[in-house]
Parts: sequence; structure tokens; C-alpha cells
Amino acid sequence: MKKLTIPEEEYMLPGHTACLGCGATIAMRYVLKALGKNTILSIPACCWAVIPGVYPHRNLEVPLLYTAFEVTGAAISGIREALDALGKEDVNVVGFAGDGGTADIGLQALSAAAERGHNVFYIMYDNEAYMNTGIQRSGSTPMGAWTTTTPGGKKRMYKWEPKKSVAEIMVAHHIPYVATATIAYPEDMISKLKRAKEIKGPKFFQILSPCPTGWRHSPDKTVEVSRLAVQTNIFPLYEVINGKYKISIKPKNPKPVKEYLRLQGRFRHLTEEEIAMIQKNVDENWKALLKKERCSQEEE
Amino acid sequence: MRMILTGNESAAWGAKLSRPKVIAAYPITPQTSIIETIADFIANGEMDARYIRVESEHSAMAACIAAQNTGVRTYTATSAHGLALMHEVLIWASGARLPIVMSVVNRAMAPPWSVWTDQLDTMAERDSGWIQVYTQNNQEVLDSIIMSYKIAEKHNILMPTMVIEDAFILSHTSEGVEIPDQKDVDDFLGEYNPAFKLDPDEPAGFGSLIMPEGPYMEFRYKMALAMEEARNEIKKVVEEYNEKFNRSYSPFIEEYRTEDADAIMVVLGTIGSTAKDVVDRMREKGKKVGVARVRYFRPFPADEMRALAKKTNMIGVVDRSYSFGPGADLYAETKSVLYGYANIPVKNYVMGLGGRDITPQILEKVFNDMLSIAKEGVVDREVEWVGLQGDKRWS
Amino acid sequence: MSINLPKDPTPIAKVPSTENKTGGWRTFRPVIHYEKCIRCYICWKFCPDAAIHFAPPEAHESPKEALAKFDTVEINYDFCKGCGICANECPVNAIELVLEENFRGDEE
Ligand code: SF4
Ligand code: SF4
Repeated sequence: MKKLTIPEEEYMLPGHTACLGCGATIAMRYVLKALGKNTILSIPACCWAVIPGVYPHRNLEVPLLYTAFEVTGAAISGIREALDALGKEDVNVVGFAGDGGTADIGLQALSAAAERGHNVFYIMYDNEAYMNTGIQRSGSTPMGAWTTTTPGGKKRMYKWEPKKSVAEIMVAHHIPYVATATIAYPEDMISKLKRAKEIKGPKFFQILSPCPTGWRHSPDKTVEVSRLAVQTNIFPLYEVINGKYKISIKPKNPKPVKEYLRLQGRFRHLTEEEIAMIQKNVDENWKALLKKERCSQEEE
Repeated sequence: MRMILTGNESAAWGAKLSRPKVIAAYPITPQTSIIETIADFIANGEMDARYIRVESEHSAMAACIAAQNTGVRTYTATSAHGLALMHEVLIWASGARLPIVMSVVNRAMAPPWSVWTDQLDTMAERDSGWIQVYTQNNQEVLDSIIMSYKIAEKHNILMPTMVIEDAFILSHTSEGVEIPDQKDVDDFLGEYNPAFKLDPDEPAGFGSLIMPEGPYMEFRYKMALAMEEARNEIKKVVEEYNEKFNRSYSPFIEEYRTEDADAIMVVLGTIGSTAKDVVDRMREKGKKVGVARVRYFRPFPADEMRALAKKTNMIGVVDRSYSFGPGADLYAETKSVLYGYANIPVKNYVMGLGGRDITPQILEKVFNDMLSIAKEGVVDREVEWVGLQGDKRWS
Repeated sequence: MSINLPKDPTPIAKVPSTENKTGGWRTFRPVIHYEKCIRCYICWKFCPDAAIHFAPPEAHESPKEALAKFDTVEINYDFCKGCGICANECPVNAIELVLEENFRGDEE
């Protein structure tokens, strides 16, 4: 006998080649637990193109189409339409792509797929840089972060631009379902996925997936870092159903963002002023989100 | 049924008769009227297919790849820059062994901007692992699409195919075209039977990582074998099609009055029709010339080209593109397969780039140049650009 | 001459990754002290390697009578990479990370 808060079925096998403490792997585990076996995945170039292992190995109990970097949106459209043509409307079609493949090189195909309204899931597992190629800055890298292409140096050339809000870009496509999630909150993530499963049309998830290798934190802290991202409001959890915002977790006393930053080597160089600037940015974004929630609910 | 159709309408009819289940389409001149015609077919309920109006050619091919890998027949069409944008995923499609059939309307690459015919776009994709068939008239456009599905889908082949037509000369020019009966095409093609597909009952990763010590090279070798094997299947399928639909295509090279020719012009696409006309005129004047129109550029008809060379004293290769190598592509390939097999002069005539007209007058001058080389046995210059402004020799 | 070619036309990966015993990656080994374990399954939930599975209630001791009816958990050392997430997340500190070299020669 056991009391579980998430489904017991396992569709991700061990023996994969992800780094120790990989957050993206945990994200995949939950996504498949929520969606189940009747699912087809499409994965572009990203960590997850390597995690399943070298041919002839696979670590997923569902079929997986490997694709080129920028095509996830187009690939899931093709799979969906082919399945529908074959009368297999019940199969879940899931694009599972990193932040580089989503916020940067794959944004065009994603945007078009969302606009066309295919009945698909697009899951952006956001580890906030090109991790598979060795930690290069992406549009989704947060303000202040070190990466190998924003290495600091004498000129303090870090990533100073704000993180691109892909979830908000997807909201602007007027698709029926957009959500953020992170691995420290599996019950939240899985309930969102199950809710989304009932909705026909494009469903977009941005899942913050800490990466010990790239974020420079100890691998045992993956879940803790993910939790702190929510508790400091730097990565709020919310969903937008048909344009209506609903914040999933509102921390009563948000922790200072410094607690989140200090766990990670990629922010080690930050000065107090820089941390204050990031805090200000976090506060503003949080306020804006609260406002969006209020306004969109008021419209009723 | 006989209809008056443009090349692009013929392509759309070829696609319709082949019953693809998913079409991913993006407009580009001069291809656009193919996907417009298909949109009309679908909108009027004459064609039962899912039509994905993608946001780029790259996505068009990516969507076809994913759909075909899910187990359905697919079709798309493009030109020039669209084809170049697809480059990455063209190689993906062949490596993934997906028998996608695509129409390509040959168009020049910019700059300078030009929407007119030129073969650089498809020549630049000669190494992408696609079968390439070049057509000469609208009937051949339609028939080649149907034949291509049959060849590509054989489980010993599984190579995608480009069915290529010249911009405007075919794409926007109307001719009488014989439309085969749907039932006959259904009999000929049969239901699509994928060699593999994405299936939740059989979890598998399609296209996974391979280390240098793994069978990467072996998978590429299997593609090379399939492309070789395609020669046999092309021969069989073309013969079967000729028989069933009362046509007379030669599988690889269409020869015209080559039997006793002193010089033979090797061409691709619509240049063939003009050249045949010129050959007739010159034969009347007692000049023994012939034309060989290459249909399949991939796989390249090596044996047929060698046999051709045995019949003549000189080969002039006309290219409507240039490759900045030792001459243009058709020439380079022709010469390379003849090396060690035929010791006759071969010369490259580069002409008609950016849609410049290739007139009978110009071709006649080229034939005369070829005849004098045949007589003297030496090539004055290996590569000749024909018809450059100010060059009086060809005007 | 015989060349070995794969049967598939293109790589179609079908062999489960459980052939790869990633336990060899470990520097630290998570060891569950069952006398503390409250069978909350948090470790199972967060393991990125799906290397924690359930075991029948009687397989291990339990700190409280009331918990003894619940399934317990075990770590599969064939696959556990020793990331330490389970130890970090365990609410009662029942999991200890021990240097793997202390176990050399213990098994196999
Ligand atoms: S140490 Fe990491 S891999 Fe090993 S059981 Fe714990 S969470 Fe899983
Ligand atoms: S997290 Fe700790 S208490 Fe909970 S089941 Fe695992 S070892 Fe036991």
C-alpha cells in the first residue's frame, strides 16, 4: 500500500546519459507520467537528443522522433495532421524542446504551429542556456548570468539583457492553454498537464529545469534551486486558460532573490547593486503578473 | 481525360492522383500555383488531404518529414530560395529514409533577383540524397510524380524524390495533358505501406545518436546502395507505367537521332524540346547531330551515358547553371563517368542562366561548334559561356 | 567479404537503456537509514534517474508501527548516479551520502 501524489507509472527508463541531478530529466519523467503511454514525442537538437543514449538505445516507453534544431513546431504539426488523417485523434503529440530550440532558433516554427491551432503540446524545458553545446547564452538566459559566451572578463560581459518571456509570447498567440511549471512542484505540473490534456488545440508549457552543470550548483540542489525560483518570484508558476491568468503559487513572504542567486555559480560574480537591480526586475515582473491576473479575471 | 494544363497544374494533378494524406505548403514564385491548385482541390472536396499552411519551406519539409514518419504519404513543392532554405531538412529526409515526393520548379538564385528558370537550385542539392528527375513537358510532370511515389516507396529504396520542371517554360505554360483515371493510378500505386512508423505500441527513437565507432557509416552506405538499387526500380516502374498508361518514357536518358550522330548534345529539362527541333533542321542540311535528354540526374545514369558516348565522336553538355568547379554539374558528372570509357571530346556550354532564352538559333550555333570539334578531335576550351552580352559568336 | 550492415534503413533505437548500468558514475552512494524513513516517497518522486523503486512493507524496518503497513523504498544502485537529490530532499534526513569507495569490493 502506498499513498502517492503523482502517478506511479514510469515511462522514462533509467540507464540514460543525463548529467547527475539533471532537471530536464525530471521534467520528462513528470510529463510522461501525466500524459501516459498513448503519446508521440518530437525532440530537436538539445540535451534530450543525447539523454536517451546512443543507438540502438532508448530510455522512453513512447516513440520519439529526433529532428533538426529549429523544427519542433513544424514536426508536431506534421505528426498531428498525419495521426488525424489516420483517425488516431486520441494520441498525444508532444514537442519537447530546450530553451534555445524554443526561444531562439525554433521560435518561428513554434509561433506558426500555435497560430495554426494544431492539437499539440509544446513543452519548453527551460534550462536557460544552450547546455548541450556547453552553456552558451540563449534568449532565455536570465539577467546577470555567466555563460561561456557571456563570460564576464575584464569588461564584465555577462548576460545583462532580461530573459525573454516565451510564455507571454505564447499568450499573445491566443492559444487555449499556456502554463509555467518547474520540477520542484510535480503535483502542480502534472495537474496542469492533465488539465491541458482535456483541451483541444495548442498547449504550451515552460518548465524551468535547473541544470547543475550549467548553473554551477551542486547536483543535489536541483530541486531546491527550482523551489527557490518560485519562492523568490523569479520564476512564478501560473497558467493562462483562454486568456485568463491564474497564478498557481503566491508566496506569502517571497524570499529575497539573492537566496536563489547565491546557490548558483553562474551568478557568483554579482555585486550587491547588481543583485538589487535583479530584485527590482523580479518585483516589477511579479507586480505585472498580478495585474494581468486581476485584469483578465475582471473581464468576466 | 484530356485537359489543358500548365506545368504547375499538372504537378497538382499528379499529386492529387497519388493521394498524399498530408501536404505542407509555402508559396514561392514560380511554384505557388501548384499549392494554390491543390488548395482548390481540397476546398472543393476533390482531394482528401490535410493541408498545413506552414510559415516557411524549412517547416514545409520538416512537417512532411514528421508526417511521413507517422505513416502517411506526403507532398510539397518549392523553388530556388525555398529549396535552399530546406537544405538541412532535405538531408534529414533522405537520412531518415522517408519517400517524400516534392515538385521543384527550377528558378535562379539571387542576387541578382530573378524568378526565371535556371538549374542552380536543384544542382546545389545534388548531394542531399534525393532522387532527381527532370521533366520536359507537362505530361511528364504529372506522370513523373505518380511514378516517383511508386519508386521511392519501395522498401529497398526509401529515398525521397524531386520532380523538377523549368520555371515558366513549363510551370506557367499550358499544354494538352492526358489525365489518367484515378482507379488506374490507385491500382498502380496501391495503399501506402510505410516501412516503419511512430507508434505508441512500439516505442523507438527514430534517428538517434551514433558515435564514430557505431554504424553511422553503415547507414550512409545503405543509402548509397539504395540509390544504386533505384536504377533497377526506375527501369521497372517506368516500363510498367508506359505499359499501363500507354506512354513511351525512356527511364534515364531520352535519346533523339543519336544513332549515327557525329555530335550529341546532352541536356536537362525543356532545352530538350528546342534541341530536338534544331536537330531535325540540321539533319535536313545533312548535319548529323543528336540530342540526349537526361531525365534522372540522381542516380546518375552512368551506364547509359557510357553507351551513348560509344555512338558518337563528340559530346556537348548544356548546363543551365554553373558550379564554379571544373565546369557545371551535368558536364562534370558526364565527364567523370566517361573517364576511362570513352576517349572523345566533351565540352561544356553554359547558357540560359536567370531564364535567358535558349533559342533554336543559339543551339544551332552550338551544334556547329560541336561538329567542328568532332571533326578536329580537340576541344578549344572546356567550358564556354554561351550568349554573353557583346559576344557576337552566338547571336 | 561480408559487411555487417544494420537491419533498419535508418537508426530506429529500440533497446531499453536499462542495458547501461550508470551506477558506475557514482562518487557518493545514497544509503537509506530505514529506521528513520517515514515512507513519504519524496525521494522516489524527485529522482532524475528513476532509480528508486517501491518494495513490500516488510522489506525494511520502520520507525513507527503506523507506517509499517506502507510500501517502503529501495535504491537501485545499478542506475543511481549519486546526485544526492534524494538525500537533500528527504524531510527526515534518512538518506546519507557515503563515499562510494567505501563500498568497493562489497558486491559482485
Ligand atoms: S542519488 Fe540521485 S540518482 Fe541516486 S537515488 Fe538519489 S536522486 Fe536518484
Ligand atoms: S524521502 Fe526519506 S523518508 Fe521519504 S521515503 Fe525517501 S528515504 Fe524515506
